[in-house]
Amino acid sequence: MLAPALVGVAFLVLPLVGLLLRTPWSSMARILVAADVTQALRLSLWTASVATVVSVLLGVPLAWLLARSQFPGIALLRALVTLPLVLPPVVGGVALLLAFGRKGFVGQYLDQWFGITLPFSTAAVIIAETFVAMPFLIVTVEGALRSADQGYDEAAATLGASRMTVFRRVTLPLIAPSLVAGGVLCWARALGEFGATIAFAGNFPGRTQTMPLAVYLALESDPDAAIALSVVLLVVSVIVLVGLRDRWLRASPFR
Amino acid sequence: MTGGLAVDATVRRGGFLLGLAFAVAPGEVLGVLGPNGAGKTTLLRALAGLTPVSSGHLTLDGVALDDASTGAFLEPSQRPVGLVFQNYRLFPHLSVLENVAFAQRSRGRGRAPARAAAATWLETFGLTELAERKPAALSGGQAQRVALARALAGEPGLLLLDEPLSALDARTRLEVQSELRRHLADFAGPSLLVTHDPLEALVLADRLLVIEEGAVVQQGTPAEVARRPATDYVARLVGLNLYAGSVDGERVSLPGGGGFVVPDHGRRGEVLVAVRPSSVVVSNQAPAGPTSARNTWPGTVTGLTMLTDRVRLDIEGAPPVLADVTPASVAELSLAPGAAVWVSVKATDLDVYGSGQP
Repeated sequence: MLAPALVGVAFLVLPLVGLLLRTPWSSMARILVAADVTQALRLSLWTASVATVVSVLLGVPLAWLLARSQFPGIALLRALVTLPLVLPPVVGGVALLLAFGRKGFVGQYLDQWFGITLPFSTAAVIIAETFVAMPFLIVTVEGALRSADQGYDEAAATLGASRMTVFRRVTLPLIAPSLVAGGVLCWARALGEFGATIAFAGNFPGRTQTMPLAVYLALESDPDAAIALSVVLLVVSVIVLVGLRDRWLRASPFR
Repeated sequence: MTGGLAVDATVRRGGFLLGLAFAVAPGEVLGVLGPNGAGKTTLLRALAGLTPVSSGHLTLDGVALDDASTGAFLEPSQRPVGLVFQNYRLFPHLSVLENVAFAQRSRGRGRAPARAAAATWLETFGLTELAERKPAALSGGQAQRVALARALAGEPGLLLLDEPLSALDARTRLEVQSELRRHLADFAGPSLLVTHDPLEALVLADRLLVIEEGAVVQQGTPAEVARRPATDYVARLVGLNLYAGSVDGERVSLPGGGGFVVPDHGRRGEVLVAVRPSSVVVSNQAPAGPTSARNTWPGTVTGLTMLTDRVRLDIEGAPPVLADVTPASVAELSLAPGAAVWVSVKATDLDVYGSGQP
């Protein structure tokens, strides 16, 4: 048992060691302040953040619907909503293109009526990231809503709180730790998004070229820059993991 | 329309059907007593609007809370009903003060005036020092007080208490009970107190409603219910032997075998016979000659329970009976499980009453 386990550990850890061994530590600072790198970094950070905000605004009500209501087809709806979790991201990107592209069945009207073209824009990056990352938030928040004691919601209702007030003042605060965990997970997933982004938003420096795209491209032209960027993403991942560890294990601080 | 609460409804919850009709006057405390699963909590949920009625209506001060025939249904948040839940359900993320201010805030009052009103309630309940605490840092008795203050701060027209003292240890219970009695007396509207603790019901309620399996089996003042229980459940709660049989003059015959000689009131038909365990005489020999106890029958001791100053015997026989004797008698008569005994009761110690109501 021990030997395969150790092989497993080695398999997961060795690539990271390889990355760190090859990291050009001395020129790190210089690489990261280079114009195109900071551009990609800044674009990644803010698109991932906007995608997370959109995911919270849309995903929390959706999670509430999935957790607290019963209607025919809810199982199917849940499956559809969480499909992007298992869907190859590049497939998601193609699907987005076919829906919201200039000739897409939604996109053509956006273009005709409002003159909006989404593909290959920064908005497309945000849409692609939201598409891929929102299910992480939904799944986390829905789980928390399911395990939350609905007795508190009932108590709030008997005290005169409307549904909205119950949600805002009781339900949401009680699941706040899970919401934070889901949000961070969502943000991390959005930050690392590659497949859907490159398919739907393309790879235009400053506009749609996020960190993962920059890493991939730099691997050909400037390996040191690719490694430096990778290390930055690795550090972010580690920070997320450490930050989540406590919250992840105990979903609510009240029990 | 008259004030108070009027209930005439059925409530279906899963496979369970509750059907009740009763009224509670303003200022009156109705104790709802019944075994687990009798439908007590379902009744409170229906009154609070958490479970709709299937038929009939619930009316408070002339306003329909829920009426299946007209379809009128007030949402829980619209009902002037305060509910103290069994495990209190204090919001764990809010302080005591915020919990108590919750109802007024929900009804659109500003933060400052709602908090000021809540502070007044805390003062009334002696909770001012705990205002900033979170519920997790409260003792059981404190949490109970906060829960009651929170319900009353919404200025309800109807107060519902679900087993308010059941989560407390015995000592706290007595203390909180007398406080609760005072607060209930101060409350102007009708109150319902659900409990399965007879003592709690006797001390706190003006009137009792006993429900079993979703239906009312007895109503009356606590004294009436305690003296003349209508069902085995109530008899056990108040510690009486209760037999259902049919009377013809001075003879009561019991369907399970055996019977009693009772004072002849010329009554006929179905009756209940209540016997206090302390008026049952136990002996280890058959009475040799005639005695003044007109009811004598043999039995076997199947159990002994030590009560504070006496021993309760479980005696199998026709009919079975509970008898209270002194520890000294247990020793003298060598009473142990399996011991054969003779039981006697004087006819005048039997309380005979109609199975309908006293």
